[in-house]
Formats: sequence, structure tokens, C-alpha cells
Amino acid sequence: MSGDNAGINLTDTFPKLLAHNALTLCDRVSIREKAFGIWQSWTWSEVAEEVRMLACGLKSLGINDGDKVIICGDNRPRLYWSMTAVQAMGCIPVPVYQDSVAEEMQYIYEHAEARFSIVEDQEQVDKVLEIKEKLPALEHVVYDDPRGLRNYNQPFLHSFQDVQELGRKHNSENPGLYDDSVASKSGDDTCIMLYTSGTTGRPKGVMLSHNSIIITARNASNMDGLTDEDSILAYLPMAWVGDNLFSVGQAYTTGICINCPESSETVLEDLREVGPSYFFAPPRIFENILTTATIRIEDSAKFKQRMFHYFMGVAKRVGIDILDGNRVAFIDRLLYSLGDLLVYGPLKNVLGLSNIKLAYTGGVAIGPDIFVFYRSLGLNLKQLYGSTEACVFISMQRNGEVRPDTSGKAAPDVDIKIADNGEVMFRGPGTFQGYFKNEEATRETKTDDGWVLTGDAGFLDDDNDLHIIDRAKDVGKLTNNDMFAPNFIENKLKFFPQIREAVTFGDGRDYVASFINIDLESVANWAERKNLAYSGYTDLAGQESVAELIKDCVEKVNADLAVDENLRSSQIKRFLILHKELDADDGELTRTRKVRRNVITERYSELINALYSDASHCEIEAQVTFEDGRSGTIRADLQIRDAKVIGSNQSVAAE
Amino acid sequence: MTQERQFGNTILNVENVSLSFGGVKALDSVSFDVLEGEVRAIIGPNGAGKSSMLNCINGFYKPTECTIAFKGESHHQMETHQAASMGIARTFQNIALFKGMTTLDNVMTGRNLKMKKNFLWQSLYFGPAVKEELEHREAAERVIDFLEIESIRKTVVGRLPYGLQKRVELARALAAEPEMLLLDEPMAGMNHEEKEDMCRYILDVNEQFSTTIVLIEHDMSVVMDISDRVVVLDYGEKIADGTPDEVRANQRVVDAYLGVKHD
Repeated sequence: MSGDNAGINLTDTFPKLLAHNALTLCDRVSIREKAFGIWQSWTWSEVAEEVRMLACGLKSLGINDGDKVIICGDNRPRLYWSMTAVQAMGCIPVPVYQDSVAEEMQYIYEHAEARFSIVEDQEQVDKVLEIKEKLPALEHVVYDDPRGLRNYNQPFLHSFQDVQELGRKHNSENPGLYDDSVASKSGDDTCIMLYTSGTTGRPKGVMLSHNSIIITARNASNMDGLTDEDSILAYLPMAWVGDNLFSVGQAYTTGICINCPESSETVLEDLREVGPSYFFAPPRIFENILTTATIRIEDSAKFKQRMFHYFMGVAKRVGIDILDGNRVAFIDRLLYSLGDLLVYGPLKNVLGLSNIKLAYTGGVAIGPDIFVFYRSLGLNLKQLYGSTEACVFISMQRNGEVRPDTSGKAAPDVDIKIADNGEVMFRGPGTFQGYFKNEEATRETKTDDGWVLTGDAGFLDDDNDLHIIDRAKDVGKLTNNDMFAPNFIENKLKFFPQIREAVTFGDGRDYVASFINIDLESVANWAERKNLAYSGYTDLAGQESVAELIKDCVEKVNADLAVDENLRSSQIKRFLILHKELDADDGELTRTRKVRRNVITERYSELINALYSDASHCEIEAQVTFEDGRSGTIRADLQIRDAKVIGSNQSVAAE
Repeated sequence: MTQERQFGNTILNVENVSLSFGGVKALDSVSFDVLEGEVRAIIGPNGAGKSSMLNCINGFYKPTECTIAFKGESHHQMETHQAASMGIARTFQNIALFKGMTTLDNVMTGRNLKMKKNFLWQSLYFGPAVKEELEHREAAERVIDFLEIESIRKTVVGRLPYGLQKRVELARALAAEPEMLLLDEPMAGMNHEEKEDMCRYILDVNEQFSTTIVLIEHDMSVVMDISDRVVVLDYGEKIADGTPDEVRANQRVVDAYLGVKHD
């Protein structure tokens, strides 16, 4: 990238990049949003104008250099523009998960000392109003969608348009203000603050610089050959680092076109309409898509089912080799092309994945079967390993070197090493600046020479591919001193479509035991075909035959674990099926759906005790939070079951 | 309602409506008026004649004697299409959607009266017909956006859950841009959350488009919360008329609902 001009870098911050793109990519589409059933587009030069007016409007409301601005809502063009506008005024945007409840938000508002907040709609405004009294620092709230807000006449509430109108006036009165403000910042300044959901304790504000995001984004685009012809669907939360890298970082540095879905319920339909060429989804989404497709195949005519299974067999045999460019027999190539015409092509089309050039998954391990399924369809799905503290990319798989069980090699310019205790450490351009107002945590995580501890245990294999085992602090020991890696086992369980969530226990115990959440969609469909009657989640989860189904899965996992010398004693001896889904609203999962072990251990201690006793059932009362914020209790009597364990390891055979 | 609401002139005046089915008197000289911009509820026990009243207003039933004046024009016996073209739209107690059509197509049928081009133009879909179609599609999309049913735009209505079908029916009625909306038990069979949503939409329609609303509802808490004035019918007779508070305090209403001791 050329941009150096007499020592001043013209593309080292996002507002500067925007000005640059408005000149070089002026009439190319920067962002689209579906409104009133039609995709509306804005070109780069239009975006630059919108951002300038908003920035000047915020200035005339009194925003000062260094202020933190909370941004909260679904992926909307105006909220993306808000981030750049805030940065242009020398301030720091703080995107917040839009489904957080008011108390969770209050902590972030207080901790970030936010004076301004820009939110999407009435729902978010209501949440702010609920906590406004307790936030003396908060002065102005700007909203994007005015629907339902006409009777809100609080003086600190402003519509997006009104602020831009103020900005238009302010801009004409102070013509040089915007450009001067943009020029005064450089790549080392803080670009954004992201609160990590944190499986333990309060969220921490990760500060990232413009350079970190811009360089990481550019490296990733270059490595995968992305260009301004590519497009992406921006549907993952704006408060998540990935969205900032893909939908902001790579969009600004590479010119990728962003598409905002109409609403969170229409994402799959919008995916089909947009047909993006670049796609990121956590494994859960790939699993869901596959589950839905499988269910529909099972409901289809016999002939179609046979055709599907035959060609999926062909794809499994040769698909990946074709994708990787290896030698494949002519007849197989021919069969694969026929399969593409009859099965793979239509399937990808229905899923909205026809145009995909590149897809990534990460966050948690993806089931090898699922991973291979997509790749054999000819979809270039790759895995990456990353964290907020690294601006996403720590390691990523290269084309032609994709294996289901690794997270790939170190990302460009990133160094990876393994600490003595097995913890993965990295150093690179994306390294965060520090945790906001938390020197202590920063020092614990980041060494003086720039290495960052990820908190994940892993190892590098002979090809220098990174394997992640588990959260380092979660790895424990059974009483016989064998290693116990809960996540590793849970992931194996979750690879079964019938199991949505699992929590395993074993640290300091004689054997491994597990809580299991069934996957309602998948198990309900199975129950329907078996003619099983049930009234709801709790009833279905408590059925005898469902328990047998799950027991089957657990025993398959046990068989898998028994093969490995180190993991043999980690076989699951006892398990129970929970009567309710673990939920972020109840504090049992983080907003990114990671299990909060301490909360679960505390809340379900009776159940855990029962798992480590002879009891065959246990009664439990659980607090649940309903969608509308009220809470209630569910009472249930849960059956505890033994699963068959394989092998004659002593701790298991002791029984 | 926290602040005093202001209403315009009388938009609908119903005088002495009587309707009989054979020997059964469904309505017996019922009179009431509806002001522009208000939410007017008609309540009463089962078989009190509420739906019949609504059916008389939009010309579905032909009352034996009456004067119904809408916007000052009085009609003795009105045809349903006249009512529709004058700006009255309605929803039905037992959903009356085109079950095999998508949500969008159903909403588009609500625009039918506003379409100027004839059947031939529309089937050719050429020139001015395209322009007209696009205008109406835009209006339909605004309603879809307003009622937040984007995700079911292309779903066949018959496959939707009951609560959503009710919302689609409201959408179709709204697409006609009515001045007065007749809602026959818009919340029947809904759960608490769906009812709350529906109330919100009804109030939003009333405020945002200043549409006058006449509704029949069984859920008393809903009626008392959202309506400005209430008419109470019992055995085809009007037994009370006034604000929710007045009606609630009326002894005849209490008797009608709870029953009275017969000596």
C-alpha cells in the first residue's frame, strides 16, 4: 500500500482510509442494507459524506477528543458509519452486544465512562433509559430507527438525521474541522475498545490500535487474495472482534462490500439473496445449516435420498482432492461434475453458498465430519484460531494445507510459541494495547517483550500446525493424575447433532461425568419420526428413549477416547440430561456461547454431587429468565445414567 | 392514557340498528358514534351481537332498519365494496386470508382497490402497469416493515402460526390505507406476549396513521388499556357507553358479565 507522503501516513487510521477509498473507489458500493424489501446501496463517496456529517454533528453536541462512545444494535450501515465518525473526532467507539440485558450494559457504560451512545432502535433506547439515572456521565443518546420513539421527548435523545443536520450546519461553519481532526490521529492511537465476554469475572475492555486492525486485515486479505470484487454478509455481532476485522478492517483496507441483513430472523434468506464470496461463521452455524439440510433430505422422496447419498459418497471420496488440486481419476472427476450439477450445486444454492470463494470458521473446534462435508462440496472452508487480544488472527490454514484437526500455521507476521506449562503464546502486529483501566490484568496477559498469553493449552506439531486442546485453566487432573481436558471431551459430544451443549466434570474426581443439553430441533425431528409424543423441551429431554439415544452418543465418544492412552481415563462414566437449555440470559453461557463453569458448578452443585454418588435420580429447581426479563423457576426430577466405559484402566475398573 | 387525547368530528354514526335472524333479534335499536382518531371498543358476553354490529357497519349484513352514516354520508343499506372504497377495512374473527398465497401477495390484495389499471394491463405487466405495481409494492413493503413481518414475506400464509396469521390479516387491512379499521377479536387465541405485541401495533396504527379503530375484544384488560370509549352490548341491546372507567363502574355491565340472581 502506498500512502506515505512526507512522513505522514495517509492510510493508517480508518477515517483516513475512508477518505482514501472515497477517492480511489468512489463509485464502488461500500455497503448495502435491505430495507422495504429492496437492497439499498451506498458508495464509498456517499459513505464518506454521511460519516462527515455525523462526526460534525457529534462535535456540535460537544464530543471531545478521547471520549468513549457506546454503539449498540444489529449490523446496520449507520452504526458502522458511527464507528468511523467517532474515530474521526478522535474518540473511541465501544460496541456492545445488542442482546445484553440492561445491568450488563450498565457495567460497560460505567467502566468506559461513556458520555455518548449511539443505538439502533426503541428496544435499545429503552434499555438505556432504564439505566440512565445511574449513569451521570452519559449525556447524549443518538438512535438510528425512529419507529416507536415519537413520544419520547427526553432532551438528551437525538435522531441520527437530526445529528447529521446539526453536522451539516457545523461543517459549513467550520469547514476544516473534520479534515484537521482526522489528520491529527495516527495508527498508534486507540481505534476501538471491545469488551470481552469473559468466562470468569467482569468483562475487560480490550484496546486495539488502528495499526493492529489495519495491518492484520491487510495481511489476511493478501494471503487469501481477496479484492474489492468480494462481498461479505455482516451478521455477527458488532461487539465481536471478528466483525470488526471482517466487516470493517477488511472492508476498509481491501474494499470488500458489506451486506447488512434485513433483520436477525432473515439472515439465511439474505445469505441466499446476496450470495457472498467471503463468509465467516462459527461452527454452530455450519452445524445448524447441515442439520436443517439433513432433516429435509430425510423427509424427501426415496429416489432423491438415494441420489443424495450416492453423490455425497463420491464427494467424500474425491471432493477434497479436487478442491486441493490433487490428481484425481478422470471418471471420478466426471462423476463429481455430475454430482455438482445434480446435488452439490443446488444444495449450495439453497444454502446461499454458491459464490463462496473463501469461508472461515473458528472460535471453538468444528466437528471433523461437518468440516469434511463442506469441503467435499467444493467449499473452501478453513479454520482459524484467534482472540480479541490479537485482532482475530493468531493462526490460519493455508490453501492446500487444510486438515480437520488443526488450526493451521501462524498468521502472517505472527509468532507463536508454547509456554512451559503448555499455554499458547503469540506476538504480532495485532497485539492489543492493554485492558482499559486494568493494568494488573494487562501485565498478567502481556509480557514486556510483547508476548501475549492466550489462556489456551495447545501444541505445535511437526508441520508447525497449531493444535488447541482446551482453555489452560480448565485443564485439570483426575485423581489418578491423568490429564482431564473438559472442552476437548465436550466438543466431541457436541459433534453429535443431537447434543447442543455439554459440560463435563472431572478435575480432582475419580472419573468424568457430564451434563448434556439435547438439541431441540434435531431430537424433535427424530422423535417425530419415531412417533414419540412430548409436550416441550423439558418433557422431551426427560424421555427414556431420548436418554438411550444420548447414551449411544456418549458411548461412541468413550470408544473414541479409549483409543488414546492419555485420554482413556477421561471416558464419561455417568451423565444426565438437563431439563433446560443453558442460556446466556441466565448467566450460564457467555454471549458468545461459551460455558461459564463456575456459574454452572455453583448453580447445579446438587446435580454434580448426585453424579458422583450412587443416586439414580436427583431433584432440581432452576431459575430461568424469560425473554421479557421476568424470571421463574422450573422444577424437575432428573435421571442419572451410567455409560459403558471401555478398557481396563484402573480408575474406571475400580468399581 | 396519560395525556388527554383529542379527537376530531364524528366519523361514524350508527342509529337504531336492528337486525333479526328469523325470530332471533341479534341487534335491537343500537345507536352509538365513533369519533375521528379514537379507539372504540365493542364488548359484551357471547352472542351479544358484537360481530353482527361490525358486519352491519361494513355492509356484510343488511340490517332491517337503521341509519349508518360514515363521514357524514348516510346509507340505509351499504354494500361491502362500497364500504371498502369509502375507507373502511376490517379483519375477521376466524382469519380470512388466502391460505395458499404468500404473505406479500396477501398484503398486495389489500391494495386492490387502489389499483387503477385493469386486469389486462396487469397481466401484460408492461409500461405503466409496471410503474403502478412498483408503487403498490412499495406501499405493501412499508406495511410489512411496520408490522415487522419481513422474515415471512415469502412464506405461504397457511403454514404460519396463528398469531402471525392475525398479523398478516392486519397488514392486509392496513395496506388499503383505511380511515377506519374494524378489528374483530384481533387478540383471540394469542398468548400474553403476542397480545402485548398486537396492542402495540394497534396503538401505533392509531397514532402514526391517525386511523380510527373499532375493535371487538374479549380480553377485558386489553380493552380497558387501549380503548378510549367502550360500547357494551348484551342480547342485542346497548347497555352502556362511555370511557373504560365509567363502563367498569356500571352495574348493568357487571350484571351482564357476572350474571344476576333470579328470584
